[in-house]
Amino acid sequence: MKPLHLIPDDVNIPFLKFRKIFYIASLLMVLASVGLFFTKGLNFGIDFRGGILVEIKTNGPADINALRDNLGSLGLGDVSIQEFGEPDDVLIQLQRQDGDEEAQMAALAAVTNALGDDVTIRRSELVGPKVGGELKEAGFYSVVISLFLIMVYIWVRFEWQFAVASVAALLHDVLITIGFFVITGVQFDLATLAAVLTVAGYSINDTVVVFDRIREYLRKFRKMEIPDLLDLSINSTLSRTTMTSFTTLLALIALFVFGGEAIRGFTMALIFGIVIGTYSSICVASPLLIVLRLKRKIPEAEEGQEAGA
Amino acid sequence: MLYFTKWKAALVLLVCALGVIYAAPNFLPSGTLATESSYLPGKQINLGLDLRGGSHMLLEVDTDSVLRERYDALADAIRTELRQEQIRNRPREATANGAEITILRADDVEKAREIARTAEPNTELSGEGNNIVVTYNEVAYRELIDRAIAQSLEVVRRRVDELGTTEPSIQRQGENRIVVQVPGLDDPSRLRDILGRTAKMNFHLVNNEKTAADARATGLPPGTMILPSADEGDGIREYLIDRRIVVSGDNLVDSQPTFSDGRPVVSFRFDAAGGARFGDITSKNAGRGLAIVLDGEVISAPRINEPILGGNGIITGQFSVQEANDLSLLLRAGALPAPMQILEERSVGPGLGQDSVEAGEFAAVLGLVFVIAFMVISYGRFGVYADIALMMNLILVLAVMSVLQATLTLPGIAGIVLTVGMAVDANVLIFERIREERRNGRTIINAIDAGYRSAMSTILDANITTLIAALVLFSFGSGPIKGFAVTLAIGIITSMFSAIWLTRLLIAAWVKRSRPTELVI
Repeated sequence: MKPLHLIPDDVNIPFLKFRKIFYIASLLMVLASVGLFFTKGLNFGIDFRGGILVEIKTNGPADINALRDNLGSLGLGDVSIQEFGEPDDVLIQLQRQDGDEEAQMAALAAVTNALGDDVTIRRSELVGPKVGGELKEAGFYSVVISLFLIMVYIWVRFEWQFAVASVAALLHDVLITIGFFVITGVQFDLATLAAVLTVAGYSINDTVVVFDRIREYLRKFRKMEIPDLLDLSINSTLSRTTMTSFTTLLALIALFVFGGEAIRGFTMALIFGIVIGTYSSICVASPLLIVLRLKRKIPEAEEGQEAGA
Repeated sequence: MLYFTKWKAALVLLVCALGVIYAAPNFLPSGTLATESSYLPGKQINLGLDLRGGSHMLLEVDTDSVLRERYDALADAIRTELRQEQIRNRPREATANGAEITILRADDVEKAREIARTAEPNTELSGEGNNIVVTYNEVAYRELIDRAIAQSLEVVRRRVDELGTTEPSIQRQGENRIVVQVPGLDDPSRLRDILGRTAKMNFHLVNNEKTAADARATGLPPGTMILPSADEGDGIREYLIDRRIVVSGDNLVDSQPTFSDGRPVVSFRFDAAGGARFGDITSKNAGRGLAIVLDGEVISAPRINEPILGGNGIITGQFSVQEANDLSLLLRAGALPAPMQILEERSVGPGLGQDSVEAGEFAAVLGLVFVIAFMVISYGRFGVYADIALMMNLILVLAVMSVLQATLTLPGIAGIVLTVGMAVDANVLIFERIREERRNGRTIINAIDAGYRSAMSTILDANITTLIAALVLFSFGSGPIKGFAVTLAIGIITSMFSAIWLTRLLIAAWVKRSRPTELVI
């Protein structure tokens, strides 16, 4: 049996020719994401907002309206009640209560009392205002620090243009993934933040593979024009890029469909991020090298080298 | 180089064998291989609370209240000395920022400052004009906080132990926080009730001159205070009691829930000193009420009918059986040195944990099957080798996690699934490279060799960047997220071994054995 080649061996797509389209598309997506982030905003989960979450299992299909009446009468502010995967599985979320940590505890006690004994509490989470703020801060720093460290690493291993281009692609992926959360309204919590960071790691992984090839070809094909060389590099790694994304997506889709409701948001973020990451490493990161005026380093040349190389 | 030295091949096989041995206990019923030694195989992966069920609580000790108390006492001590020297002064309200005293006559200030300076070691003196402020220096401050946290940890441990669960973990975090993790707890609200209370119990005499209502109207008699009733069921909302503590809860040595007249009550026993003082007080104050104050509320205030000399007594109140149980538990475990707040709580019932494990396992196996099939379809014989490496990688991840006793969480399972997808990446890189080299006309052995060599630096770069993200996640993340970072990081490292060395060994063995003339890849 002849092995399947997902991408034909002689593939030769002129990606660079379409780079203006990619730039515009990416720019639009990034701007839309940033705009939505500041206008509509993320649907932060209780991890970052503070508040209370209770998952219950009812006997038989849950009566959401009765639950809403019951819990709404407690005077605890906004109560969100939704089915969670199964008809007898309900997720209840309360906004952060005014006042300090003690007010949150009291609210949780009030909810568990109101629910009574005929439901099973499968999970309860309470995040006080103090911890919520801290988690938000730690989350923000973890994104910034990992982007910075990755950039430093690429800088050490490649020329500065590669470092800038890869981080630009990375930011592109992170921002658009966040935009995806804003649009879908999927809750953004600690797990989805972890997913965003993983997307960052994954996307850079893809980008590095292409960059590695560009670096190799820069040494090998000394006469080739840079745009042609970039196209050649992208095309010759295209099979690998799609293969890896495809296998990862296969595993993730299994997790998305069968892994349970609790990690669905998390896997959704990963799936979306990997698609975007694959796109950016092919269509954004490498073409950006032209914008950044990537040049061949000619060791004995008299023109000298680019600063920071 | 496709050629393997004997010892190198042996090393690769040894690592694989160790992986299998250390991962094996996870596939056996728990307890069959239990060993005490930390390096022998036999340990299973530690399941996180989200998978095994249980409660996680983050508590913060109110260290300000410890400081306030200490500064209050320090100010009292200084004022006693000042009085002996006939220096008139006025106390300021106790704060956590220092012991503050105002000296009334300007002439005395110099002398007063001298007294305040020497009142206690490790303190610093400040304040302007007539005000004297004494604060602890860094060393004393640290010691004070450390002691308060250590005491709190001890009390929390005793309280949690009373719940009778297995392997609770109680640890200090940062300066003034405590993390409590109790696996397999059915009712987290019980834990919440028990940890949320300071349980400082003291006995005060009820003032017999006025009622609380009179005092509100006409002013408090000196040395008294008004405290609310814990339960308004008996019709009394507030009590006017003497400030002075007649017997402190520190003197309690035991407490049990019991019944009196068919109602739940809590019995207690004092140590010798407490018993003597209790006997003395009850002898001298027959007819007065004795208020039992718990955390600033009066539980009950029975009238003293006769001297209680044995050092035993009971607390009556509007208790349910559960409340009587909890109160006696708290009294046995002792009071916290300072109030604690619950900053964060996450509890997962055992049913959900089990469901999550099952769903995660199923998804992982399914994902694995997809990837395995796809690799064979894409790379034929080489795909089979990559699949063997993939299985080995999973085994190694399990083995490393068992040995390190790392915690597997729900996002951790996702991390493993993600590793499945990414582990084949190294092989994809290598195989694609081999294809290219073949197209460029290299011989079979040459192409395989070049494939491995040129893919190497790419694999390293790609994995190190992902590893960076994983490490940052590990250092910033908490609980379940840490679990994700751990499996991802371990998976990346083990995949480099299995995808590079193991597949290479397999391919080398095949090339040596069958001397292929055609490479189908």
